[in-house]
Amino acid sequence: MSVAQFIKNWTLWEFIVAHALTLKYFFKAKATINYPFEKNPLSPRFRGEHALRRYPNGEERCIACKLCEAICPAQAITIEAEPRDDGSRRTTRYDIDMTKCIYCGFCQEACPVDAIVEGPNFEFATETREELLYDKAKLLANGDKWERAIAANIAADAPYR
Amino acid sequence: MTAWFQSTFLGVELGWFVATLILILMIALPLMLAVAMIIYADRKIWAAMALRRGPNVVGPFGLLQSFADGLKVFLQETIIPSGANKILFLIAPIITFTVAQMAWAVIPFGSQQVLADINVGLLYILAISSLGVYGVVISGWASNSKYPFFSALRAAAQMISYEVSIGFVLISVVLMADSFNLSTIVLAQKGHVLGIINGFGFNPMLLPMAVVFLISAMAETARTPFDLTEAESELVAGYQTEYSSMSFALFWLGEYANVILMCALNAVLFWGGWLPPIDWAPLYVVPGMIWFFLKIGFFFFVFSWVKATVPRYRYDQLMRLGWKIFLPLSLFWVFLVSGFLMLTRYGA
Repeated sequence: MSVAQFIKNWTLWEFIVAHALTLKYFFKAKATINYPFEKNPLSPRFRGEHALRRYPNGEERCIACKLCEAICPAQAITIEAEPRDDGSRRTTRYDIDMTKCIYCGFCQEACPVDAIVEGPNFEFATETREELLYDKAKLLANGDKWERAIAANIAADAPYR
Repeated sequence: MTAWFQSTFLGVELGWFVATLILILMIALPLMLAVAMIIYADRKIWAAMALRRGPNVVGPFGLLQSFADGLKVFLQETIIPSGANKILFLIAPIITFTVAQMAWAVIPFGSQQVLADINVGLLYILAISSLGVYGVVISGWASNSKYPFFSALRAAAQMISYEVSIGFVLISVVLMADSFNLSTIVLAQKGHVLGIINGFGFNPMLLPMAVVFLISAMAETARTPFDLTEAESELVAGYQTEYSSMSFALFWLGEYANVILMCALNAVLFWGGWLPPIDWAPLYVVPGMIWFFLKIGFFFFVFSWVKATVPRYRYDQLMRLGWKIFLPLSLFWVFLVSGFLMLTRYGA
């Protein structure tokens, strides 16, 4: 062991340097955000909670083509469809099992009428598992609730598609 | 205060009993409050050094976090494993908790402000801190589970190893102060260096022992660089693995009470206890207790600082440090200090 190394060891030099470093970090600005009170900006392509959208006149967009059900890699979507009284083809059942969903966004990509979309909401934790088995009413309600944000996101992303 | 109680209708014996009981509560209750705040401070300091925020939601700046945790723990169910030795399993946390508080009896908070001014205070502290390991060992054995058992084995070896060097460090302090009484030790540090600086730690000859004592104190309380007894990655939660609810909280409280005790001992033995750092009259306007608490707070900051900086030692490194470095070093220092005193104080 060299003399320099000996002095370094017995004066705990490495420890002092390390502690000076952590003390420097102690006074630095925090890297984490104050989450529930402040949030990071989200990309328009962010894939969060699902929503079924409507046309501006209130008619639901979904035409029950079942492309989303077919493409879903997690098989989380279940659709049943029948002709409505006026003859148009509509879903009678549109369920998404959010516990199966992997948030890949394929359903959104497959949809020819921009009906099923993944919105910007990611705070939908529930107390029971059953609450995560979304049905058509829940998805339509989501669509009504998040329509403005979803429409803005689709508009912002449109030039790149 | 004791004299006043003895002069009332209670009489001499009962008056003494009531007065002592009140004094004990005056130490124990603020101590528990201090533990709650120090756990919060620990988490905050640790978080800040990792560029995180730490608890900040419960109460202003998250100050009430420890009380929320305490309430949560209090409302939980106490689970006793079916294979455990029921009596010992429940006694173990009580031992840890009680012993952590007992040592505070001899800590001087200011001049004349000490519960039991016994003349072998330092020996009492050594004895009590040795008893502390029983809580850990008994809990490890009584849990009847492998990880707590390993943890208890480690704790026994670790605490005994470091108590040896702590003993020698204390001997060099005792030689210097010429007393086992903690109040006398503090007073002996008055103007110790150049006649104006209070504290053995500022003496270049005793500074290495102050460092050895600080590091050994961390090992003794199983703080982070030496927290092999509860190494999460190896032993789940060590001897606390099978504990829940209040039995767990008692371990937690006892552990942190021990940490504060070690910070207090650091202040008392090497850095002048309740005395201001410099022997200068205006500094004595500040009450001694404030100086003492400031020093405890500083050493707790150092404890958290080390926790945030240094990774955990391997078990053989821990043993090597204790037996092959600290023990010879402190032994040599006892020789050095006594030789020095032989030449200076007692004449060759």
